[in-house]
Amino acid sequence: MVVALDLDHALFEGLCRMGDSTLVLGHRVSEWCGHAPVLEEDIALANIALDLIGQTQLWLGLAAQVEGKGKGKGRDADALAFRRDAWEFRNLLLVERPNGDFGHTLMRQFLFDAWHQPMLKALEGSSEARVAEIAAKAGREVAYHLERSADLVIRLGDGTEESHKRMQSALDRLWPYTGEMMTSDETDRALAGAGVMAAPDSIRPAWEAVAAEVLGEATLKIPEGSHMHKGGKQGTHSEHLGHMLATMQWLQRAYPDARW
Amino acid sequence: MSNEWPLWEIFIRGQHGLNHRHVGSLHAPDAEMAVKHARDVYTRRNEGVSIWVVPSASITASSPSDKGPLFEPSNSKVYRHPTFFDIPEDVGKM
Repeated sequence: MVVALDLDHALFEGLCRMGDSTLVLGHRVSEWCGHAPVLEEDIALANIALDLIGQTQLWLGLAAQVEGKGKGKGRDADALAFRRDAWEFRNLLLVERPNGDFGHTLMRQFLFDAWHQPMLKALEGSSEARVAEIAAKAGREVAYHLERSADLVIRLGDGTEESHKRMQSALDRLWPYTGEMMTSDETDRALAGAGVMAAPDSIRPAWEAVAAEVLGEATLKIPEGSHMHKGGKQGTHSEHLGHMLATMQWLQRAYPDARW
Repeated sequence: MSNEWPLWEIFIRGQHGLNHRHVGSLHAPDAEMAVKHARDVYTRRNEGVSIWVVPSASITASSPSDKGPLFEPSNSKVYRHPTFFDIPEDVGKM
C-alpha cells in the first residue's frame, strides 16, 4: 500500500512536469499574439500556443485525478494552473525563459520540440493507459511543431548574416537550459521503473541526433561549455516564472472562480 | 514595403473526391512556407485534406471591363441549359 501511494505521488509529480512545461511554454508563446513580425507567423504561433495549452488541460487534468484519488481532494486542472505559486511549478527552466526576439523564441521552441517529440513517442508505450492516450494525441500536434521549428531554425540560421548572428546568440544563451530535459532524478527513475513514464535520460540519443542534424544544417555551432542549469522540475525557478505567473494568474487570483 | 514576401493563392480540397477550392491568399517567402502558412491560416478547423499554393503573379485574370463581351452573350441562350430533357424515373437523381 505504501508503495502504491508513493507511485501515485511520483505520477502526480511526473504529470505536473509535463503539464507545467506545456502550460508555461504555451503562455510564453501566446505572448506573441498580435506582436509577431507578420500576420501568418502570428497565427502559426497562436496555434502552437493553443495546442500546448490544450495538452496542458489533459496532463494537469490527469494530475488532479491522480492527486485526488481516494482523498476527495477537489483540485482540477484550472486550480493547478491558476492557484499554485512558482515553487509548486514543475516545468523545465528552458520554457520559462523570456521570449527575446523572434529568433530566440523559435530556438527555444526547437530545443523543446526536439525533446518533446521523442518523449511523447516513449510515453505512448506507458503502462498507464491514460498517459499513453494523452501522449498519442499530443504527439500528432508536436510532430508538426517540430517540423515547423526545425525548418525555421534552418532558414534563419542559414539565412542572412543578421539572422545567423541572432540564431547563434539565441543558441548560446539557451543551450545551458537543455541539460535539464535529459537528466533523471529519483521521481523519474521511480516512474520509469514502474513503466509509467520514460526516463528523461533515455531521450538523450534521439534529442542529440535531431539537434546535431538541424543545427548543423542551420550552420550554427553548438556551444562548448558543459555547465547546465537545473532545478525547474523540482520547483526551483528563475525570477522569470514569478513575473509570468503574476500576469497569467491575476484574474483567478483577484476574482477567484470568476466565470464568463 | 518593397521587401514584403510574395503573395500566394491558396486552394484547399475539403474532402476526398471534391475539387480544390480557392479559399484566400497569404504572404510567404517560398512555396514550402506558403503550404505551412496555409495549414495554419486556413485549416485550423479541420477544413482540408490537401493544399495547393500558387504564386498570385502566375494567375492571369480576365479584365472586369471585358465583362460584357465575355459573359453577356450567353444570357439569352437558355437552350444551353439541359432543362428540356425528361429524365426517366429509373435514372434517379442526377
